[in-house]
Amino acid sequence: MSDAHGHGDKPFLAHHFEDEDHQFDSGKLGIWAFLVTEILFFSGLFCAYVIYRAMHPEVFTFASNALDTQMGAINTGVLIFSSLTAAWAVRNAQLGQKTGLIVNLSITILCAFGFMGIKYLEYSHKFDKGLFPGDKYEAKEGAYGDESKGNANTVAFTSPDEEESAEEAEPGVAFSNGDSAEAALAEEDGEELAPWNDPNVPEATKRKLKIFFGIYFCMTGLHGIHVLIGILVLGWLLTRAIRGHFTPTYYGPIDFAALYWHLVDLIWIYLFPLLYLIN
Amino acid sequence: MTAAASTEHDHAEGHDHGDHHVLPLWLLIGTWAALMGLTIFTVTASTFHLGAFDLPVAMAIATIKATLVMLIFMHLGFDKSFHSLLIYGSFLFVFLFISFVWIDRGQYQVDINEKEQQEIAIDLGQ
Repeated sequence: MSDAHGHGDKPFLAHHFEDEDHQFDSGKLGIWAFLVTEILFFSGLFCAYVIYRAMHPEVFTFASNALDTQMGAINTGVLIFSSLTAAWAVRNAQLGQKTGLIVNLSITILCAFGFMGIKYLEYSHKFDKGLFPGDKYEAKEGAYGDESKGNANTVAFTSPDEEESAEEAEPGVAFSNGDSAEAALAEEDGEELAPWNDPNVPEATKRKLKIFFGIYFCMTGLHGIHVLIGILVLGWLLTRAIRGHFTPTYYGPIDFAALYWHLVDLIWIYLFPLLYLIN
Repeated sequence: MTAAASTEHDHAEGHDHGDHHVLPLWLLIGTWAALMGLTIFTVTASTFHLGAFDLPVAMAIATIKATLVMLIFMHLGFDKSFHSLLIYGSFLFVFLFISFVWIDRGQYQVDINEKEQQEIAIDLGQ
């Protein structure tokens, strides 16, 4: 790569750096500057979230029920574990443990694929129920129903004046007004689901629900793109680790990629409670 | 050989170059365990209906988790303070950004309410 310009015995030391520390420090400053732009990049979406939630809290409370908390929690665990292996990989690189570095990078990449796999299941479940981003949104029967959270937590929309009656109703009964049972059967037969039309939810709220999914898909989608880019970067570093490029004095790329990966984890740490854990 | 040894010695002293601080394994695994514990805690906390405290509690836990990730996994606790300044500075600007939009939103609240009333009127008309 930089052989022609290298410093002889240090093939990855670019000619414009005095020494490896100089190169490392420059790279580290660069990655931190990049992470700052990433935070500002995501902040636009967080801003949209904050403003819209402040304006229509009831939309978020209700729409959050369509999200699968269990899958979100598993994905949080997967991402946190991959953060551990990424941090461990940096330690391996610092100590010149080639095998450990390869193993930890591989586990990190596998976790990233696992995250995307679970994300794929979640998205396809949403799409099956007609919960698309933007104008394609057309909620179908059961979209906000019992399936994602189990019968015990059956969703009942409670506007202030309906709160009492909803509390009196037994959990599980609130949604099984005949239609949803038929809808569940229809789904098993592979037939089209009926449009979702819960009489308990005001029309004004129904109209706004699609904006929640616009925000949900933008935030998790942009995050997902970052995970995919992370897979590419870490995959490339894995090939370099196998080729034995990294030493205790040259491990910058591992450190910088791990910092990026931790930031992706950091953003998910906020996305998870903001989207999935709304009561 | 001697040159290499002296370089290593310098790093062990860790004066200027805090970057090369090697974190002990127990700290990494301990941090992971704390993050997992806090994740379970936040999921459990969300099943209790804390009303107005739901969001602050969830955000407080998320911020503790984020701080752990930054200070330990991202080495900020052992790194040059300039990197911390960069990242905390970005949070300040995110705060300013959202605050200004928030203030601006208030300016249009009257129009928004009006439009919503119109929408409701249309609904009733149908």
